[in-house]
Amino acid sequence: MHAISLSALDLAIAASLVLLDAAMSLAFGLRLHRQLLVASVRMVVQLLLIGFILRWLFASGSEAVTLGVIVLMIAAAAREVAARPKQRLHRWGNYRIASMVVAGASVATVLLALTTAIRPDPWHDPRYAIPLMGIVLGSVLNSASIALDTFLGDVSGARNQIEARLALGTTLRAALAPIMRGAVRKGLIPVINQMSAAGIITLPGIMTGQLLAGMDPIGAVKYQILLLFLLSGSSGLAAGAAVWLASRAIGDDRDRLRLDYLQPR
Amino acid sequence: MPVDLHQAATPRLSLRQLRSPHAGPVSLSLAAGECLALVGASGAGKSVCLRMIADLDPCEGEVLLDGVSRSALRAPDWRSMVVYQPAEPAWWDPTPESHFPPSLRARAQALLPQLKLKPEVWKGDLARLSTGERQRLALVRSLAVAPKVLLLDEPAAALDHETTLALEAVLRTHLDDGMAIILVTHSAEQATRMAQRQVRIVNGQLELPCTPSA
Repeated sequence: MHAISLSALDLAIAASLVLLDAAMSLAFGLRLHRQLLVASVRMVVQLLLIGFILRWLFASGSEAVTLGVIVLMIAAAAREVAARPKQRLHRWGNYRIASMVVAGASVATVLLALTTAIRPDPWHDPRYAIPLMGIVLGSVLNSASIALDTFLGDVSGARNQIEARLALGTTLRAALAPIMRGAVRKGLIPVINQMSAAGIITLPGIMTGQLLAGMDPIGAVKYQILLLFLLSGSSGLAAGAAVWLASRAIGDDRDRLRLDYLQPR
Repeated sequence: MPVDLHQAATPRLSLRQLRSPHAGPVSLSLAAGECLALVGASGAGKSVCLRMIADLDPCEGEVLLDGVSRSALRAPDWRSMVVYQPAEPAWWDPTPESHFPPSLRARAQALLPQLKLKPEVWKGDLARLSTGERQRLALVRSLAVAPKVLLLDEPAAALDHETTLALEAVLRTHLDDGMAIILVTHSAEQATRMAQRQVRIVNGQLELPCTPSA
């Protein structure tokens, strides 16, 4: 395999596109230029940092450090999921739900892949475990945060409808069911789009990376198929669990809707 | 739990020191077939009271239905026997019909003519019905679950006089069958027509019936 290596100048030329975006934001008053510049600087710093860490980690192969990095990745993704919704569940509910959901869904699917399809030796080889965890977490982050945000937003908007059903003797679970279904559906749309567009509208990132790195197309495609299956599984788990846990956190033992458990940001 | 029907001393509904940070303490009893009017200025805590009785808001104190404590019952079972109907009833599906489980539809449809509702509203688009039609349909929805106690918040606010009297007649037949009603109303005439007793709420608390209002 042979990859064409990039120089700093190559990257600088591409970076001029970000300046183009910023100029557009200024010209049309989008007020996005600051966020845009901060995000691109963050991106460069974060990626360079992780590049050096991975280079060192792959060379050392330490189990403890691998585990440590994975825990940090999970924590960062959970924080994003918890921060996304406009409403906050009291007593750090968003954080509790996000960390359970993100850790559960990502660890379960990555373990499945490492012990069945990929089977590196040793099974926890960081060269496989960490990139897999990364891509699964990205998908989990998307679906769980969309599902949680949709659920909490819709519940606060539909208070009268939900309480009208409660007042007629419906259980809270049944009164919340339409909103729960809608939130899980929304959480799964990105991964469904990703699968149906793969290969026709988009060449997925992993596959593109492997092709650029010189891998045989069929080999790259097989990897991509495996990954998309993993992503759909982990997204479904994450969206479903996030909504289920949130639906329990928004009620009490007398089947009441407790919007007072939500604090606006 | 068996209830002795001959034991006239057991009230249909009793509230003992019902209170929350927003209202109370409220204590009162209601016999089967009795209608109690809850009157008072806007914001005095009438709706908050009804919500506490229906167990929709957390509160302390005890509520008993035919002598059985609320805490002995599952909350959804309690609410299907003690139904709260807010002043602005909410709808969650496009047509009135879809708000009724199939087993209750026949009973509900039988109530339509008594409330001067045309048969076509049943499958109509709720968004196109008038406020008064929706308000009467809300009463149909509440009565369809056959509650033992009905907590009504301004059930005739959007109705003309004639329709209001029709609605009161429907309520009266249910009172005769033993249902108890707590009626929140701003209309002194309606309170006089419907209620055996009137209770005034001031700052979330009951003003004693004998006390002349200041």
